[in-house]
Amino acid sequence: MLNPQLRLNTNLFDPNVEQVPTRKGFGEGLREAGIRNDNVVALCSDLTESTQMNLFKEKFENRFIEMGIAEQNMAVVASGMAAMGKIPFMSSYAMFSPGRNWEQIRTTIAYNNQKVIIVGSHAGVSVGPDGGTHQAIEDIALMRVIPNMTVIYPADTVEAKKATMAAVYNKTPVYIRLAREKSPVITTPETPFEIGKAQLMFIPELGLAQVGIIATGPLLARALFAAKELEKRGVRVKVLSLTTIKPLDTNAILALAQEAKAIVTVEEHQIAGGMGSAVAEYLAKVYPVHMEFVGVDDAFGQSGTQDELIAHYNMDTPNIIKACEKVIDRKSKIYQ
Amino acid sequence: MNLTDEKIKDLSLKAERIRESIIEMLVEAGSGHTAGPLGMADIFTTLYFHSLRHDPKNPEWKERDRVILSNGHICPILYAAMAHSGYFPIEELKTLRKFGSRLQGHPHREYLPFLETSSGPLGEGLGQAVGMALADRIDFGEKSDRFIYCFLGDGELNEGSNWEAIMLAGKERLRNLIVIVDRNNIQIDGYTEDIMPLDNLINKWQSFNWHVEEIDGHNFENISNAIDIAKAVYERPSVIIARTIPGRGVKEFERDYRWHGKPPTKEEGRIALQELRTLGGKIKGEHQ
Repeated sequence: MLNPQLRLNTNLFDPNVEQVPTRKGFGEGLREAGIRNDNVVALCSDLTESTQMNLFKEKFENRFIEMGIAEQNMAVVASGMAAMGKIPFMSSYAMFSPGRNWEQIRTTIAYNNQKVIIVGSHAGVSVGPDGGTHQAIEDIALMRVIPNMTVIYPADTVEAKKATMAAVYNKTPVYIRLAREKSPVITTPETPFEIGKAQLMFIPELGLAQVGIIATGPLLARALFAAKELEKRGVRVKVLSLTTIKPLDTNAILALAQEAKAIVTVEEHQIAGGMGSAVAEYLAKVYPVHMEFVGVDDAFGQSGTQDELIAHYNMDTPNIIKACEKVIDRKSKIYQ
Repeated sequence: MNLTDEKIKDLSLKAERIRESIIEMLVEAGSGHTAGPLGMADIFTTLYFHSLRHDPKNPEWKERDRVILSNGHICPILYAAMAHSGYFPIEELKTLRKFGSRLQGHPHREYLPFLETSSGPLGEGLGQAVGMALADRIDFGEKSDRFIYCFLGDGELNEGSNWEAIMLAGKERLRNLIVIVDRNNIQIDGYTEDIMPLDNLINKWQSFNWHVEEIDGHNFENISNAIDIAKAVYERPSVIIARTIPGRGVKEFERDYRWHGKPPTKEEGRIALQELRTLGGKIKGEHQ
């Protein structure tokens, strides 16, 4: 069942659940952050409406810098502004920022430890019809290997708004990963949010979990649908929402691994180097358990609708269920 | 403000002391770049001991001008100019490139906090300077009398990201931004015009809406005047293209691209110091 303490959206399992893209929450959050803090400035590479920075731009014309199609310069200019005490948010498509300007981010933002908030929108294969060139599925790996960088992947629009406003007060640079397409609203304004803190969204009504799902980003909704279905089949499941991929909430991950002794990670990203890898790196050292990784398996994206592509790359609800069954099966062979 | 003869003499003596420090630190480090730092010694001396608004005893001073060294590999001149103006002890220069040193092989502001930024990977200083100038304008508008200086190498202009920053600064009419290009015509693989031709550099910058000056980078009066004019330019960023001689001050090193990326050996260093300390043999060296 959904964790009652988190005040999640009670309509989540309704087929007509409200669907909103996470970038929308970012746009609202940035505008709100701008109202609350005069030092917040925004930079965009000719994608102001796509990334929803227009909400900020309309209100704070003189604190918005139109960079033109120049993502490398955007990162570097943002670093310079941060050095003068500004809190810059810079946005583009994740494929180009941090895809194209990775070294500028590493050197001028992270190496300098300048607090710039890098917003990569249109991440994942769910961008859809634009095709593989525009589908960033490597960016979590790119960003989590950089020292000083915080990596956040909100699960829904409400969380994206909270993450955006919280990033203003983070001590280090932040990467926020966003999606273009609509996804179910999972949380509510009352749901707690804290950078670096994972949350148990789904728990068994009774007893210990047989499998723990760790999900990040909008695929969390499908992970919850999978949990609901497994619950119906009598399988006890916990779902941990890992919105902050770095720093990792190791306490929450360890507790889940110790209880379930079987973990499935779910992310719209390459399996190699992504959130699942981060979890595995940690657990392999302190508490190895059987794992399955739901994500893109060493492939590029292609054109299609969100649902078609999520299914094609084995990241939909039936595939999450299958992964859970597999890992429970492997575990039972060892522990019987 | 025009330089008096006395001031010019002071600056030229200071520049020689700084060149000596550069040779000493490179010999001690056993690696690093020689030609660029020596070639920029006169300009850095003019900036740090005449033009720049700064207070080495109060490096956090908010109203200070900012200096961004984009071509971080010439950092021996930055470190030497900072040490000689009092940011840290001159003795510390000999720790260059050593384990645990604040003077990293390429500047790192987390190690040496008086730096405005870290640098080394080329093509990234100018954009940061543009960001600083933009932030300054948001806070203080057109009236700001704080200037952002950015040093670029000429070979560095091969990097496309510079031209993104040049475009933006021109568009934004950033009058508080002053760029100094070290036009020494060398880069690692050879002469700039063979590797990737840059001329006509003046026309290129002008067409991006920049105010351009070309100077002799070893003439103190030229350097100081060019900076004064750049400060007075209205509604446009300024670039000073400084013609410099790589390795300037040591005959053996001058105009030879092979000295771009290597340090002098102990013996070469001894000869170079001898030359600097005797004004090329014209006077008897005090250290002999």
